Order: sequence, then structure tokens, then C-alpha cells
Amino acid sequence: MKILREILSPLIAVVAAFIIGGIIVAVIGDNPFETFGLLIGNSFGSLRDIGYMLFYATPLIFTGLAVAVAFRCGLLNIGAEGQLYVAAFATAWVGIKFGGVIINAAGENPNYPFANLPAILLVPLCMLTAVAAGAIWGAIPGILKAKFGSHEVINTIMLNFIAIALVSYFTQYHYKVTGDAILQTAPIGAAAHIPRISQFIPGMPDFVPLSVAFLLAVLMCVLVYIFLWKTKWGYELRAVGANPSAAEYGGISPKKQIITAMTISGGLAGMVAIGEVLGNRYLYYHDFSGEVGFWGIAVALLGRNHPLGVFIAALFFAVLLRGGIFVDAFTEYVSKDLVEVLQATVILFVASLQRFSKR
Amino acid sequence: MSEILTIAFLFSTIRFATPLVFAALGGMFSERSGVINIALEGLMLAGAFTAAVITFESGNPFLGFLCAMAAGAFLALVYAIACIKFEADQVVAGFGINILMLGLPALLSSRIYDASGSTEQIAKENLLPDFLGVNVASFLAFLLVPICWYVLYKTPFGLRLRAVGENPAAADAAGVNVIRLRYTGVILSGILAAAGGAYLSTGQSSFFTRGMTAGRGFIALAALILAKWKPVPVLFACLFFGFMEALTIPLANIKMASGENVPVQFIQIIPYVLTIIVLAGFIGLSRAPKALGVPYRKEK
Repeated sequence: MKILREILSPLIAVVAAFIIGGIIVAVIGDNPFETFGLLIGNSFGSLRDIGYMLFYATPLIFTGLAVAVAFRCGLLNIGAEGQLYVAAFATAWVGIKFGGVIINAAGENPNYPFANLPAILLVPLCMLTAVAAGAIWGAIPGILKAKFGSHEVINTIMLNFIAIALVSYFTQYHYKVTGDAILQTAPIGAAAHIPRISQFIPGMPDFVPLSVAFLLAVLMCVLVYIFLWKTKWGYELRAVGANPSAAEYGGISPKKQIITAMTISGGLAGMVAIGEVLGNRYLYYHDFSGEVGFWGIAVALLGRNHPLGVFIAALFFAVLLRGGIFVDAFTEYVSKDLVEVLQATVILFVASLQRFSKR
Repeated sequence: MSEILTIAFLFSTIRFATPLVFAALGGMFSERSGVINIALEGLMLAGAFTAAVITFESGNPFLGFLCAMAAGAFLALVYAIACIKFEADQVVAGFGINILMLGLPALLSSRIYDASGSTEQIAKENLLPDFLGVNVASFLAFLLVPICWYVLYKTPFGLRLRAVGENPAAADAAGVNVIRLRYTGVILSGILAAAGGAYLSTGQSSFFTRGMTAGRGFIALAALILAKWKPVPVLFACLFFGFMEALTIPLANIKMASGENVPVQFIQIIPYVLTIIVLAGFIGLSRAPKALGVPYRKEK
């Protein structure tokens, strides 16, 4: 019964989203069933389809977990987007500076590397950078809330804009290859690349950018579950989320937990950089995110802030994101923006049903 | 410096401040009644899209402006029902509204105009007209500041609205209809924010593009916080942020010694950094309405 109650409101939200989405599709003049067939039917047919779907799911798992951990402490982290931007740039920076890459080798003002580390050192260093950079950017609103009581929602929104502007500055003025019209850094050293899944599974085309970052995402689901429900630290974090004053009365410092939760949340968001920078593009590209930081909120809401729920919700939205491309191409009028409308409807319904599932 | 201190620069400051003034004043009515309004961005987008479509189709910018306000009111009603009736987390619901308004206008415009996410260009003579070099919408925005001040501080409605945002239980005990006032506050915010959006698509530019507000809803929110939820300071905060945005234009043309442009990113982040500093209480205390974000349930 408990599980049923947990999944009831997400299910209602998804059904409602498809009904409302279907009506919109019909009004626009396409067949809703065909459209939803395209939306859902292109993620399971072949290894390539599955590979792409899991590739889309990977960052959603990370950001979904990030938002969920903060939620469990009673905080809303709208800042995953900024955290993963900072993390992605920092990761690429380490991959360049410690990967032996000389930027603008032939041109003026060359930017020389500090070192040329082997893969066994460089990959872990880049991964740690991703986590640390995200964690630091996440800790800032945590500290501001703990020390000054300023609302984490406003601060994370502001920090998103600051992060994106700063990273764009460093990319544009210091780490871009001269003459490159695209806002992206020089490529990271080859030693920083992480393996793609296609290397292990015969039949998976090697252009599918699914990397071992997906396995890391699955592992993080397990670790976050263990942390939240099987350790003292996780218990304290959730206690603050459930009732801060009771937790404080019980000897738990809400301030410490707020900072901890935001730091972990930022670190999880930062892991998006591992898949994107080390496993997909092999550089920092300024429009890489596709707003996955914001998608994380929908993922966490639909997944009821539970790692297993987050995993399932991330797969669900990944199917929609992949399907959106086919909707764009193969329907007469409907564009992939339909996916955002579905996402928004899910968010609004889950939020509105929250009151009923709590009892 | 001489490039900055010109009449043209003053005009562009006013131009950039206009949508912020509309949206921030709107946000004030919502937040003063106790409902957080992260949805300003989405409400502006609703206004921008509606105004662009109606103005292009009818050739009448004033009709577009009115329809935009109606669309804003309707979307705000949806938001209000989620927040007030269903007691949804206000930040989450507002966030949902913002995402909806990224997707829905793009979906509709790709059907109507066959161009994903944007509308057709409106002829120059059909845009909101200028008067003495300043857009009529700007006059309206600045005129709204004293009106909103009067409404908020000198009318029974304003008194009740503020009471509802500070102490809804006491207001309720005094016979004030808390729920109805909150609906009114949120719907007013939708009307005003949408007006700001309408100015963006049919005054400042001549068509709608996907996500064209580009964070202005959040800048308006920042201005509101900076202004401590008061109408006259809201005007100055918006002018200041408008000034910052106007500043990026002449700076983009100035070359540094290295031959690169002056990085505008550092100017762009000033509103955001300031907001964080003010919220942390370093420059005077910015105190939010006491019941902000707390749903009200009548005791039985």
C-alpha cells in the first residue's frame, strides 16, 4: 500500500500530461497516437536506440539525484544548471592544462599546459575536478543559507546566471582556439577520454556517445540510497528536511546539514561533466547542457526523491527527449517542443498532488 | 565615457528598464499577498508571444497588448490554482510555468508560422508607437509606479493585500478573504508581467523568439528583492538594471589594448551578484513579506 501511494501521484501526473499533450497535438492538427508512438517508440528497437536513450538518461540521473538529495534536506536546488556548467568548464580546463594540450600552438599568445599526465592519473583527476567544482558552486548557496538565512532558491537562480557568464568569459577570452567561431574550448588531452560502452558491447555502433559515465550514474543511485537510508549522516540530513526544529532539538545542527546537502547536491550535478566532457564531446562546449540541470527538478519530482524513482524517471524523460527528435522530423506540424510541454505538465501536476500523497 | 553620457544612452536605459518595471511591479502584488512568483519569466513569455501573434494578425499593437494581458491573467490563474487551491510548492509550480512557456509558444508558432519558436516580423508602423522618442509602453510603465504605490498604501485593497502577506490568520480573523486576495495578487502579477513581455515583442523588437525574455523575469525578481518589495524603489532598481544592460552596448564596441572586445560578462553578472549580497543582508536588511511562500488553510 505504501508503494502504491508513492507511485500514484507520479502516475496520475504522467497520464494527465499525455492527455493534455494529446489534446494540444490534436488541436495543432496531428494524430496524437501517431505522435506519441514516435515519441515513445524510438528508444527500444535496437542497440543504437537503447544506447542513445541511456546517453540522454545519464545526465538526468545525476541532476535528478542532485535535486533529490537537496529536497530530502528540505532545500530546492534550482542551481544544478550553474553547478554543472562550472564543473564542465573546470573538467575541460584540467583536461587541457594537465593533458599536454597547447592552445593556439601556431598562432599568437599560445596557452601552454602545466603537465602531460598519463590516463591513469588524468582521468581520476578530471573526475575529481568535476565533483569538486560542482560541490563548491553548490556549497555557496548552502553556506549563504546557513550563515545569513538567505533563500537558496533565489541564490541558486542568481548563481546560475553568474556561472554561465563567468564560464563563457573564460572560454571566449582564454581557452578558445583562435578563429574558432563556436564558443567552445580547445579539445582536452586524449589521455582524459573515458571509454564508450560501444567498446564493450558488440553491435553497439561506436558513434553512440554512451560512455561509462552511465555506469557511474547507476552506481551513484546505489550510493545515494545507502547514504540517505543506511548511514547516520543520511539520517541526520533527512531529519532536518522532515522537521528542522525537531532535528535541532534532537542535537542535529540544521546549518551543518544544509551545507552538507548542498555540497553533495552540487557534486552530483557536477558529475554531468564526466559524461559530457570526458565521454562525449572531449571539450567544453558552451551550449552543451540542454538545460539538464532544470530537467533534474522534474526527474526528482517524478521520482519522489528516491534514487530508484529518479532512475526510472530519468529513463522516462530520456525516452521523451530522444522521441522529440523523431516527432520533429516525422510529424507534419508538431515540434519537439512538445516534450517541454509534457515536462511542464508533469511538474505542475506532481506539485499540485503533493498534498494528497503526504497523508 | 563620452559615449555613455548621451541622450541616446538615457533612452536606451529607459527602454531596457521598461519590461523590468512591468514585471517587478507585477511580482510585487503577488509576493505582497504571500505567493512567491518565480513564474514571472513564463508570464512575460506568455505576454510576448500573445502580443506578437495578435499584433501581426490584426495589425493593431494595442489589441495585441490587451490580449497579452489577458493571456497573462489566464496563465497566472492556472498558477494561482496550483499554489492556492492545491497548495503546490510555489517555487516548483512557478518553475513548471516557466518551462511550459518555453515549450508551448514554440509548439504553437511552429504550427502557425512554420518557423520553430518564432513569429513573423511585424511591420514597423504596427509596433507600439514612440512618443517624443519614448515608447508609449514605457510611459505606461513609469505611470504605473505611482499608481501601484497608491493602490498598495492608500486603498483598503492594498492594506488587506499587505496584511494577507504578513499575517493571513489575523487578516482572516478581521474578516478579510485571504484566498480571494491571493488570487487577485497573482492574477495582477500575470497581467503586469505579460504587459512587460508584450513590450519586448511588439515595442523593443518586432517579433517573438523562443525564450526571448532571456532571464528578464528573474532580473525583475532580483529588482523586487533589491527594492525590498516597495514600488518606488522598484523603479530605481529597474532603472539601475536597465542602465547595466544599456551599458553593454557601447562597451561591446570598445576594443581593449589586446584588440579583444571588453568582456561584457562582468557587467551582465552585476544584478545577480548584487541580489546575493543584498539577500545576505550586507546592504541593509531585505525582509520578505512574512507569509511569503506559506499556503493558507482556514482553520475549521
